Amino acid sequence: MARAVWDSTVGKKTVMAVSGLTMLLYLIVHMAGNLKIFFGADTFNEYARWLRTVGAPFLHEEWALWLVRVVLVVAVVAHAVSAYQLSRRDLRARPDKYVHKKARASYATRTMRWGGVILGLFIVWHILDLTTGTVHPGGFQAGRPYENIVDTFSTWYGNVIYIVAMLALGLHVRHGFWSAAQTLGAGSRTRDRALKGVANVLALLLTVGFLAVPVGVMTGVVG
Amino acid sequence: MKLTLRVWRQKNADAEGAMSTYQVDGISSDMSFLEMLDTLNEELILRGEDPVAFDHDCREGICGACSLVINGDAHGPERTTTCQLHMRSFRDGDTIDVEPWRASAFPVVKDLVVDRSAFERVIQAGGYVTAPTGAAPEAHATPVPKPDADFAFEHAECIGCGACVAACPNGAAMLFTSAKINHLNVLPQGAPERETRVLDMVAAMDDEGFGGCTLAGECATACPKGIPLMSITSMNKEWLRATRKVKRSPHPPR
Repeated sequence: MARAVWDSTVGKKTVMAVSGLTMLLYLIVHMAGNLKIFFGADTFNEYARWLRTVGAPFLHEEWALWLVRVVLVVAVVAHAVSAYQLSRRDLRARPDKYVHKKARASYATRTMRWGGVILGLFIVWHILDLTTGTVHPGGFQAGRPYENIVDTFSTWYGNVIYIVAMLALGLHVRHGFWSAAQTLGAGSRTRDRALKGVANVLALLLTVGFLAVPVGVMTGVVG
Repeated sequence: MKLTLRVWRQKNADAEGAMSTYQVDGISSDMSFLEMLDTLNEELILRGEDPVAFDHDCREGICGACSLVINGDAHGPERTTTCQLHMRSFRDGDTIDVEPWRASAFPVVKDLVVDRSAFERVIQAGGYVTAPTGAAPEAHATPVPKPDADFAFEHAECIGCGACVAACPNGAAMLFTSAKINHLNVLPQGAPERETRVLDMVAAMDDEGFGGCTLAGECATACPKGIPLMSITSMNKEWLRATRKVKRSPHPPR
């Protein structure tokens, strides 16, 4: 049965919907946590420290963190692999383009694929920058995320990469959340306006919430 | 009316095609789009040229034979079939682009004619009921709730023209397949095959090389019968329900 689900276009879309919603849930928590940066360096660094001890003493230190990381890696890989395979299939199904072209579907819908690629590349940079510190500008200080974030958003390219990625995220969530609802069969005519509304609110909230941090650093509120 | 037509001409399935330009004059605004093409073909025949091949049958908007992507829209600018599209929707002096349905599952046979037998094979996979046939049964023998009957009828309106596939950026047949599945799955007559129908028809749709759904919504905009985009949502729901219920592999190797 699992094989049949994976082989089906509808099944792959289900994988995309479930993995997408998993990542969305994580992003909401991530965004809310980020906003603690506006309460100062001590509060923020303490919060970051607490993230490593979630579930203690039942869970060993960092176990909860690694559990979340494993779930997220599985979600990202499942989402990307199904998207790649479905896109390949879609392009094969329509090899000849129309001579008379029309601007079709909304901007958010048309940018799902490239937006997804941008987000994938962003995640790689984001981890190398603020988790491992490999490409971090200035000296990376483990356990001092406040200072690290200020470093990153004090560079022009750090801001550009982040802002582009968060705009892509907003667009991706806008079409993605509503689409996931349709894929999982949760949409209906009476619920459609509500679902589109929730998708727009989520997209706006995440984009504005995440962008508040670099804007805070740029305006000197954080620093 | 005087019009410039740019029409896709392709000798056969293997030949290279291209857009050819024609001028037509003396077109009445009351003519249907197909009658306008008939006028062009009469001229082409008189000139000893090969007439433009296009599909048509009832010319009443109910058989699903006519197709044509007109100025980038499946069935043209109005929400109807090409045969029911009238020249009053265009203006004197317009240039109109006419192309065939584009999808790898709908190969071009000649000019504007495409092979839509992939749809027949999707239907063969489960678009029927195994009820005994014969004389029509007494109408009230099997009660159907009114909302279910309305839902079934809304989807039964699909004429299988393929405009959804032509309009879809992914060449997907989701709207067609979902209309056929929903039509039968909601009715008591379709209940015995409720699970196998959706699993087999979706598998057949995939086997034909149609694309997947990205919820762009182009299909529902193009559909001359107004099959709603939510039809696909209902199909997804049925499919997920069936995968949970049916323990066997839904499509055994053929």
